Amino acid sequence: MEFLNAIVAISNYVLIPAIAYGSQLALGALGVTLIYGILRFSNFAHGDTMAFGTMITILVTWWMQSIGISLGPLPTALLALPFGILGCMALLLFTDRVVYRFYREQKAKPVILVIVSMGVMFIMNGLVRFIIGPNDQRFADGERFIISARDFKAMTGLSEGLAIRTTTVITLVTAVIVVAALFWFLNRTRTGKSMRAYSDNEDLALLSGINPERVVMYTWLIVAALATVAGTLYGLDKSYKPFVYFQLLLPIFASAIVGGLGSPVGAIAGGFVIAFSEVTITYAWKKVLKYLLPENLEPNGLVQLLSTDYKFAVSFVILLIVLLFRPTGLFRGKSV
Amino acid sequence: MNEMVKNTGLFVLVAALILLTGFTQSWNSAVLILNMGLISAIMAIGVNLQWGFAGLFNVGVMGFVALGGLATVLVAMPPTTEAWAAGGFGIVAALLLGGLTVVAAVMAMKRLAPGRVRNLAVIAILVIGFIVYRAVLDPSVAAVEKVNPAGTGYLGGLGLPVLMAWPIGGVLAAGAAWLIGKTALGLRSDYLAIATLGIAEIILAVLKNEDWLARGVKNVNGIPRPVPNEIDLQNDPGFVESALGLGIDPVTASTLYVKLGYSVLFLIVLLIVLWMAQMALKSPWGRMMRAIRDNEVAAEAMGKDVTRRHLQVFVLGSAVCGIAGAMLTTLDGALIPGTYQPLRFTFLIWVMVIVGGSGNNFGAVLGGMLIWFLWVQVEPMGLFLMQIVTAGMADDSGLKEHLIGSAAHMRLLTMGVILLLVLRFSPRGLIPER
Repeated sequence: MEFLNAIVAISNYVLIPAIAYGSQLALGALGVTLIYGILRFSNFAHGDTMAFGTMITILVTWWMQSIGISLGPLPTALLALPFGILGCMALLLFTDRVVYRFYREQKAKPVILVIVSMGVMFIMNGLVRFIIGPNDQRFADGERFIISARDFKAMTGLSEGLAIRTTTVITLVTAVIVVAALFWFLNRTRTGKSMRAYSDNEDLALLSGINPERVVMYTWLIVAALATVAGTLYGLDKSYKPFVYFQLLLPIFASAIVGGLGSPVGAIAGGFVIAFSEVTITYAWKKVLKYLLPENLEPNGLVQLLSTDYKFAVSFVILLIVLLFRPTGLFRGKSV
Repeated sequence: MNEMVKNTGLFVLVAALILLTGFTQSWNSAVLILNMGLISAIMAIGVNLQWGFAGLFNVGVMGFVALGGLATVLVAMPPTTEAWAAGGFGIVAALLLGGLTVVAAVMAMKRLAPGRVRNLAVIAILVIGFIVYRAVLDPSVAAVEKVNPAGTGYLGGLGLPVLMAWPIGGVLAAGAAWLIGKTALGLRSDYLAIATLGIAEIILAVLKNEDWLARGVKNVNGIPRPVPNEIDLQNDPGFVESALGLGIDPVTASTLYVKLGYSVLFLIVLLIVLWMAQMALKSPWGRMMRAIRDNEVAAEAMGKDVTRRHLQVFVLGSAVCGIAGAMLTTLDGALIPGTYQPLRFTFLIWVMVIVGGSGNNFGAVLGGMLIWFLWVQVEPMGLFLMQIVTAGMADDSGLKEHLIGSAAHMRLLTMGVILLLVLRFSPRGLIPER
């Protein structure tokens, strides 16, 4: 019984949150990695792209809530998500047309594009704050729990509860669908194949008649969809605050680099590696150890390796370790 | 000659803008803009050293600035003797143990033959070291933080004159930069960017959470000042008399006097840093740095140690940012970790360098002053613009309220637009590199 309680506690506080957070990071890192693979620069505006797409989703959600459209037990935001994706796509195509295309034609160095993306980041950040303000916004509705901790205790008779939140399950299901669709697109469709060819070897791809502008356009469309989905899931699961999305940049980049920049499989793996280490290292293990150890060995402190505020340090240290010992990432990304 | 006239004209323009603020708004805000502009100019010189001279992409400026701020507290605040008695030496011992652990792990990594034995040894050293470190640190920290938590609750500083904090802030930032550079500089440019972004967040997390160090989010207030207090000036009959003689209200005169005192100090530091940066740029060292920046492979083939030179300039640039950070905290008179935001302290400095002209120290100074002026003044301008836009709307309309309320966020938008416009139409900046 003690052992079962320990397992339930670990699942409740470590495994389930880490899986949800990992899926959100993975979706974000996929966007970063795709831009890196096709457009060949690190996009600093990615966090704010996520914030923008989520903002549109939130605005449409509020409008739907006000006229009484809802999905019953599921959050209304799922209905609003396609509108958010469309809005984000429009914005990204517009920025590409007005900003990035010029530098592509100039064949500017990647680092110049990174600085350009810093400017885009300022503008998007300003836009989001201008439209929705810098404060916390709540837009989640519907059932909060599939199984609440109390129900679980009543069902199993264990003293430790296991809560499964609706948003966690939605995150996981959506992430699986999106990733499956993305891989189907990249591996099975003509456009997807041309994207991969372009990413592998630009010159060869151009020689074989692939239209680079088309590839770039599809990349931005996919990135917009990924960013909006990632942002909305994160917002549903936690809360929406523009500044937090900006800060997500660090774990997202860490995931993409740990997995290997330019490698989609790597981005997903990296997302989960970062999420699991963050949650495990900042979790106070006292509760679990209390179940596992005999009474006289019970720890006095919280047995927390690092306080929660150091979660950035965790992604950073993992990033450093991977970079020092395997500079191209776990899945052999590319290096420019 | 023509170029000289243009550059002088640009500086005169910035001076005119600040003077205009003085005439139309208030002299206090004009001098405040000048002070912050001087500090920003120093930060911009630091980033220019790294980016303009050597092409290093550092987006962790905020971290080095915050370290400079920490130095001000550690140097200038009076020591909390009870806290030292309670657990200060325990904390020092713990930090030494932690440092020893890392050194031991690195030594083991270097000395032992590669293989499973080495990996296990390194992991064992780190795990045991961490446990010992926490065992020593935690009780001491608890003891220190228990000492008068509302007033001090931290170790305090050394009680030295605050001006000494400026060079020490530079040294602290240089030390951190050395550690980061040692690990991240051999890697690709993008990785350095992410690494510096991360280190800045970590430094800030330490400042916010380690209450024993600088009170965390409870802030340290009342840092000693290098200039007289306004209140003392107002009580000084001689000062009041001369102010009245000049026809200025003594209260305004005292605030202006203090701010101008800061301006003089900052200007001296700026001139020294600028002179040093110019000398470095013109020296063989500066030419070598630019050669490395323009073609690393060729420079390496000529026998230049690229990684070492990069490390050198990275440390120097970060030190300059640290000095500026210490000056900033001195000006504020308080260390408030919550105010350090990457957009304001990292990316805005980058806008300054790019707009001013990367690779040119005078460009960095101009960019620092000009962009800081805009950063401050865009807000009232945006408000004014919004009032014009919304003039026709009904007073109770929600849209009008929202637009006027959001005018403050116009500054981010404006900075982004300025950066993109400069990059597109004048990529070498206002004062291009020669």
